[in-house]
Amino acid sequence: MADMDEFRDMFFVECDELLEVLATGLRQIEQPGFDVETVHAVFRAVHSVKGGAAAFGLTTLVTFAHRFETVLDLVRSDRLDVTPQIMALLHRCSDCLTDLVASARSGRDTDQAQVDGLMTELAALIDTETPEETAFEFTPISLDFDMPLSFDPVPPPASGLLVQMTPTFQLYRSGNDPMALLNALRKLGDADVHLDCEAVALLEDWSPEQPALSWQVRLSGAASQPDVMSVFEFVEDCCALTVRPLTEDDLPAPTPEPSAAPADTAPVAQIVRDAPTTAPPRAVQQQDSAQAAPTIRVALDRVDRLMNMIGELVIKEAMLSQVIQTAGLHEQPDVVAGLDAIRQLASDIQESVMAIRAQPLKLVFQRMHRILREAADATGKPVRMITIGEQTEVDKTMIERLVEPLTHMIRNSVDHGLEDSVTRQRRGKPQEGTITLSAAHRSGRVQIEVSDDGGGINRAKVRQIAEDRGLIAPGANLSPAEIDQLLFLPGFSSKDEVSALSGRGVGLDVVRREIMNLGGRVMIQSTEGQGTTFSIALPLTLAVVEGMLIQLGDQTMVLPITAVQETLRPENTMLHGVGHGSQLLSNRGELIPIIDLCTSFGVTRPAEGPDTGVLIVVETDSRRRAAFRVDAIFDQRQVVIKSLEQNYGRVPGVSAATILGDGKIALIIDPEEILLSMSNDQGRRMAAMASNG
Amino acid sequence: MLQSISHNSVGKSDVVAFKLADQDFCIDIGLVREIRGWTPTTMLPHAPDYVKGVINLRGSVVTVVDLSARLGFGAATPSHRHVVIIAMHAGRIVGLLADLVSDILPINDDHIQAVPDIASNPAREFIVGMITLEDGRILRKIDLAQLLPAAHGVDA
Repeated sequence: MADMDEFRDMFFVECDELLEVLATGLRQIEQPGFDVETVHAVFRAVHSVKGGAAAFGLTTLVTFAHRFETVLDLVRSDRLDVTPQIMALLHRCSDCLTDLVASARSGRDTDQAQVDGLMTELAALIDTETPEETAFEFTPISLDFDMPLSFDPVPPPASGLLVQMTPTFQLYRSGNDPMALLNALRKLGDADVHLDCEAVALLEDWSPEQPALSWQVRLSGAASQPDVMSVFEFVEDCCALTVRPLTEDDLPAPTPEPSAAPADTAPVAQIVRDAPTTAPPRAVQQQDSAQAAPTIRVALDRVDRLMNMIGELVIKEAMLSQVIQTAGLHEQPDVVAGLDAIRQLASDIQESVMAIRAQPLKLVFQRMHRILREAADATGKPVRMITIGEQTEVDKTMIERLVEPLTHMIRNSVDHGLEDSVTRQRRGKPQEGTITLSAAHRSGRVQIEVSDDGGGINRAKVRQIAEDRGLIAPGANLSPAEIDQLLFLPGFSSKDEVSALSGRGVGLDVVRREIMNLGGRVMIQSTEGQGTTFSIALPLTLAVVEGMLIQLGDQTMVLPITAVQETLRPENTMLHGVGHGSQLLSNRGELIPIIDLCTSFGVTRPAEGPDTGVLIVVETDSRRRAAFRVDAIFDQRQVVIKSLEQNYGRVPGVSAATILGDGKIALIIDPEEILLSMSNDQGRRMAAMASNG
Repeated sequence: MLQSISHNSVGKSDVVAFKLADQDFCIDIGLVREIRGWTPTTMLPHAPDYVKGVINLRGSVVTVVDLSARLGFGAATPSHRHVVIIAMHAGRIVGLLADLVSDILPINDDHIQAVPDIASNPAREFIVGMITLEDGRILRKIDLAQLLPAAHGVDA
């Protein structure tokens, strides 16, 4: 059933959000002086997951969530103290719940042993406190709008129903009358109706648009929940509604343990959350209010299609401006103004669409807390993590592809970066290690840093290992920065014994490759005794690059502007030959190697003197410099990146392709790779490779 | 010269026939997306010699393979009379440079003969079958999978 699948998808999207609330909430509870509301939020999150899961018959998930929720309720009603041990358990439960949701989504098997273990631990907590059954007697809170209507996993016998209804302003505005609803309910059986007018404000505080009334109907007879739900069929989105079977000790007080028709769970949950919370006067959660801007969910491929079309628009715009140039109209002020306006619009649209695709890094950082916890457990090192700038936004594709490398880097920092607590104590550092995960926008790029306050890179050891493994020639003359780069070589693992956590022979080289595939770079900074910082510099988008159009023989290529330092037409006195074929440029006292791009790319140049052309001084992220010799520079513009790998493969020295105004393809140069190919010292080349690929 | 496009019943298929150095070749029509005239390509550095370069196909970057060079006839010097057959193989789009496209022909599978044992000819490994036509011509059926450059792995 397509509809059901759709609900299912919706449920899982919902789950992602709920699990995020859960994880964030748990971390807030850890902080001293946390808000009671946070506990409620955490509880609600688990409860909503449970409710949705029940609707889809995900038994394992329901059972686990139920017990988890029971324990959270103990916390919420102050019957369980939040000790660090309990906190750790709650975190693990939250992780486990995430796993269960993931496996329910993919249909894979769950790690039953882990679930059972946690279930037992949770049960132990419940037993010492109170029998599980009575755990459902919640401290009554006035009413809970965030609570989605859910289906109780164990359907109790139908001895009667308790219907709690609280109309919102929407209900009154749409002309519905609660009386009609109550009358309809009375037709289903004997109804005992109570009006709850506690929320009615004093006249001076009273607002006519704030509904304050709520009804509780005890319905005896054979009426079933679906019967009741059908009464509310047309108003359920503007009326908070709970329906549950009557129990012996039912008090007239409202209870927040709801249950309702199964199929509607997901959408109702969605709608209820978005509905304006009106009637009950209760504290609005501060954090949530920040995210309350109305949102819609859009399939990613729609955004991508838009993105592609805008890419085409930019190309067409360039084409048009070329035509205008050729037609000699480029000096007409109105033509130029019109063209400029179009260009401005195109780039605005491009930015807007990019903003649609942008997502806060929080989504990745969030997951790193768990990674850190697991890494800390596995190594037995106490670690805390500080995250900075998690609202920094990057392209959605990047978010997904950052998880893997960051996971690796966090593990690496815990495992290799931080010393064990004994060593830390001896060095006068706090026993608990600190890992800082930060993100920021920096000059058109996104910079993400993972830094630890550990011992720093032991360069002598790194060098030794690299020599032992034949990665560098013994005695190679390497700068400290170049030694650090050796860590990125494939197969390099600096721990003497391979640890279960991060030393599996694959390591930082994988990180570097992943980041490179995203168009980014990884750099290391390390201070002996004070720690190591890995920084990742990523482009803001994968779609556009500002480039300089250059001429090589009969080919046009694009050099990313980020690498360009200056361009110059050299005097003969500035050029110095070194040995055969090599040349250096002496520029303001600095000697820079010259690389002829025609040679690098095997382009044949029409026979001319060797000293023609232009030099472009480039500096790469790894601070290497060179001067590229090209035949001419003729433009600078934004180009849309097109994948070469999709239909062909990777080309050395080329990062991607683009389409020029005349419809022809131009290759985009990867300066870093070009520079690497000129290094001839083996050690340097390996080090360079490690930073460039 | 479009003769007929038969429905693909069992044992029958349509092929696109084209000429290269006065020999007739064909590929399965199911692989062919379109046929367009030659346009100058952008060269790809460090590519095999039979890769002519890349062209812009409505916003996609498409590699053009010089079939003549690939099959051992020597590199083609393409003119505007040459054609590029745009084919889709294993999720990748590729352009095949040929002298001209001659026919679309229905072929009975039982008319396809195995390639006789001929000496180590570079063309041998790319040809999966021979089809004798009524007019006496012989069509050499090409296996795209063998012909195309392997996807270059991103090796660090």
